[in-house]
Amino acid sequence: MLQGLNAIQLRNNIRDGQITSREAVEWTLERIANLDPGIGAYLSVFADKAMDQARVVDAKIAAGKPVGPLAGMPIAIKDNMCYVEGLTTCGSKILANFKPPYNAHAVEKLLAADAVIVGKTNMDEFAMGSSTENSGLQKTVNPWDTSRVPGGSSGGSAAAMAAGMCFAALGTDTGGSIRQPASLCGIVGLKPTYGRISRYGLVAYGSSLDQIGPLTSCVEDAALLLGVLAGHDERDSTSVDERMAPVPDYLGELGKPIDELKIAIVPELIDKAEASVRDAAKAALELYKKFGATLVEVQMPHFDYSIAAYYVIATAEASSNLARYDGCHYGYRSPHAHDYIEVYSKSRAEGFGAEVKRRIMLGTFALSSGYYDAYYLKALKVRNLIRQDYTNAFAKADCLMMPVAPTTAFKLGEKTDDPLQMYLADVYTIAVNLAGVPGVSIPCGFDEKRLPIGLQIIGPAFSEDKLLRIGRMFESKTDYHKQRPTLQG
Amino acid sequence: MAAKVDYKVIVGLEIHVHLATRTKMFCGCELVYGGSPNSRVCPVCLGMPGSLPVMNKQAYEFAVLTAMALNCEIARFTKWDRKGYYYPDLPKNYQISQYDLPLSHDGFIEIPLEDGSIKRVGIIRAHLEEDAGKNTHELGNFSAVDLNRAGAPLLEIVTAPDMNSASEVRQMAQELQRIVRYLGISEADMQKGHMRFEPNVNLHINKDGQTYKTAICEIKNLNSFRAIERSVEYEVHRQLDEFLETGRTMQIGNKRTYGWDDVNQTTVLQREKEEAHDYRYFPEPDLVPVEMDEAWFEQIKSRLGELPLQKQKRFVGEYGLSNYDASVLTADKATAEYFEKVVQAGADAKRTCNLITQTGQKLANQNNTTVDKLGISPQNLAKLAQMADKGQISATAAAQIFEKMSQQNADPEQIAKADNLLQNSDAGAIEAIVDQVLAENVDAVQEIVSKGKKAGKAQGFLMGQVIQKSKGQANPKVVAEILSRKLAQISS
Repeated sequence: MLQGLNAIQLRNNIRDGQITSREAVEWTLERIANLDPGIGAYLSVFADKAMDQARVVDAKIAAGKPVGPLAGMPIAIKDNMCYVEGLTTCGSKILANFKPPYNAHAVEKLLAADAVIVGKTNMDEFAMGSSTENSGLQKTVNPWDTSRVPGGSSGGSAAAMAAGMCFAALGTDTGGSIRQPASLCGIVGLKPTYGRISRYGLVAYGSSLDQIGPLTSCVEDAALLLGVLAGHDERDSTSVDERMAPVPDYLGELGKPIDELKIAIVPELIDKAEASVRDAAKAALELYKKFGATLVEVQMPHFDYSIAAYYVIATAEASSNLARYDGCHYGYRSPHAHDYIEVYSKSRAEGFGAEVKRRIMLGTFALSSGYYDAYYLKALKVRNLIRQDYTNAFAKADCLMMPVAPTTAFKLGEKTDDPLQMYLADVYTIAVNLAGVPGVSIPCGFDEKRLPIGLQIIGPAFSEDKLLRIGRMFESKTDYHKQRPTLQG
Repeated sequence: MAAKVDYKVIVGLEIHVHLATRTKMFCGCELVYGGSPNSRVCPVCLGMPGSLPVMNKQAYEFAVLTAMALNCEIARFTKWDRKGYYYPDLPKNYQISQYDLPLSHDGFIEIPLEDGSIKRVGIIRAHLEEDAGKNTHELGNFSAVDLNRAGAPLLEIVTAPDMNSASEVRQMAQELQRIVRYLGISEADMQKGHMRFEPNVNLHINKDGQTYKTAICEIKNLNSFRAIERSVEYEVHRQLDEFLETGRTMQIGNKRTYGWDDVNQTTVLQREKEEAHDYRYFPEPDLVPVEMDEAWFEQIKSRLGELPLQKQKRFVGEYGLSNYDASVLTADKATAEYFEKVVQAGADAKRTCNLITQTGQKLANQNNTTVDKLGISPQNLAKLAQMADKGQISATAAAQIFEKMSQQNADPEQIAKADNLLQNSDAGAIEAIVDQVLAENVDAVQEIVSKGKKAGKAQGFLMGQVIQKSKGQANPKVVAEILSRKLAQISS
């Protein structure tokens, strides 16, 4: 009954009284009950609370009262955003019992827009990973092929969307964690400009890179969600002043194509992807040419250094951000500790997973006396050069297009023994975070195994409205985004 | 007996001043001391996952204002850094501080020494940071953490090693307290931990034509000015003795930390070697840099006002007060301003100074307040000073009236009349009493005239008799004059 509806259609149906929010939530909860045991997208489901929220929205509509733009819509959020309902685990044993006393800004915004939060989704521990296999709590599989990964770190949100177990989801993107799982799961994933959405209440991984964004079934839904979430928040000093960057009406001109669109490309980057991905990207570019777009070849001379710079900056920040999980104040405390040093060392040794430990050690090393200049400072310089590469590209074109991930979804366990191979899964997405600019992943095809492929559209800071219009141009002439995996509950 | 050793004391200070802002450094918690443990906290100062700091602008302005008073260069661009170390009282296991771009640097403080000279001590830097909480170990077989204080704004001031005696260190601390209280940026109560001083002490010893430097020792746990002075004195002697016994001198990494034991009046070794701390400083990504434009700079500067030492010097020059009197009057701003109001209302400066520093401050101390808050209008106190000057009341009566005024702020003249404290300076009336007393006390007069052994005592007795007969109202100065004249007449 509700299958195939996107978020805006569902919202309109609820608002118009064709269906109640309760029915939508019940339908969603039933689908989760049937399908999620085989997918593992959700870490927690708030059935009672969600029904309560749905009843409130239904009552408002019945009384003819105004409702928010997400009225009655079942939404999932990644488990690194604080929500007073249930737990906020970050996919980690160290926070497996952590109940936050406050809501994240993004959660407040959703609730204020009358959304219904159905549950919280699995993720790589502390958002460190590209397959969700680093979750310390649960395994999540790709709904298109359950022997494969959903991508990561927002793999739970992407899988929940692809399996139709929610109508929109929130993820976070530090090096590709929204766009890459969106690509691998055949949905739309938007990483907004750094500072566009407040990080207050988002459990930090790499503070200067982290950004919240929506995972949706189409570009239009992404525009709807971004409109709800964007804006200044005085509790986050890095959230952007709206006098500098006003929040536009993302839905307003969404359907209007960009005239004389200029698309920057780096041909050798596209050619580096595996054949199916490369061909899908090239086919997408051909379609844009048919819309009247021109392709502009640009250079990104520092692109190759982005993974190295990222793994210094992100891990340095993470080593400091994760210092607070020490067993003293909240979260997991080792029962084997005899003094406070052991409370620290044993709680952390037992609470953190291998990848988190690896990154904490990397970051600690990079910040250590005598190494700071050679690693951290140098990485900051590289970051500036990468930013400059983007500025130069955007001087010549409206946007930059490239694949999201070098491959389609890989097999579970395929890369878990080789961290470097796993890191390369983010080769196309990481530089965007270093530059702080927005990027969106939209479905642009399937490989021979019928695994989804994503196209990445990147623009200058605060050009989300334009990026979404460019994405919408493609979507309006294709149906990749409408395709869904066949699932047995 | 060893020969007298020639040595020089070298002391620098690391100072932490708690700023009296409305809220904490990076969150909205009201900054109130006390309260049950962990009651004055929020997700931000608890370091909860997902919480983010927001800079307290008032704290920044307080810090800049203090740095200006310390003649520092004010940075127009600063940033925040994380200083990483693990300790249970530090919720995030890093402290937000300032590392390579402090908000101010390279200043100096001028300290009026007790001998009247001025000592200049260099300020290396002053920067802002957040305070940690407090660990307690006295509750049982476990330790507890109270985070009420966590996130309180702290101004850290580092001085150059320019102080050369224990008393200079104490006077430096007192002068800094006077400055920050003038600026109103801190209550600066040492007992309550609003100000913490950590002296770094060593000696330069000249022996056999060579200079030996002793190992630097840092002293902690000082909660009074007396403790500062005593502890430095103690450390100077301890280091001298140690050097003479062992020849131990400064080496890389042999800095020690001592705690002051106030009960036994000794320093106690806390840490033998300077731990090889690696704080892994890096720029705080959750905060944006602070840029200070000219307008903001000038706006803060305009709040500086006259600083205590300037005021003290002006009081000496403008009112002809002694340096000591001026320093007592300017010890706190409210008293100094009250003094000036009284003088402006027409009182003599020296007389006003005496009234305030002798009677006024005694009363203020009893009431745990300052002279200006005793409820006496400057006009009424000026009138009291004038009455004393004109001889209408005695010094004793002035003190009595002062005290009454603090209870009812009435006109001093009315109090004097009501309590019969007005002095009689009418020469004719007094002369009549003198004559009567001389006639009634022939023996005493004889003793004086014959210049006997008890002549002085006898004259005092006659004085007392006259005052008594006048019911205490005769002006002693006038009585003494007339009495001396009459006795001289009798003698000749």
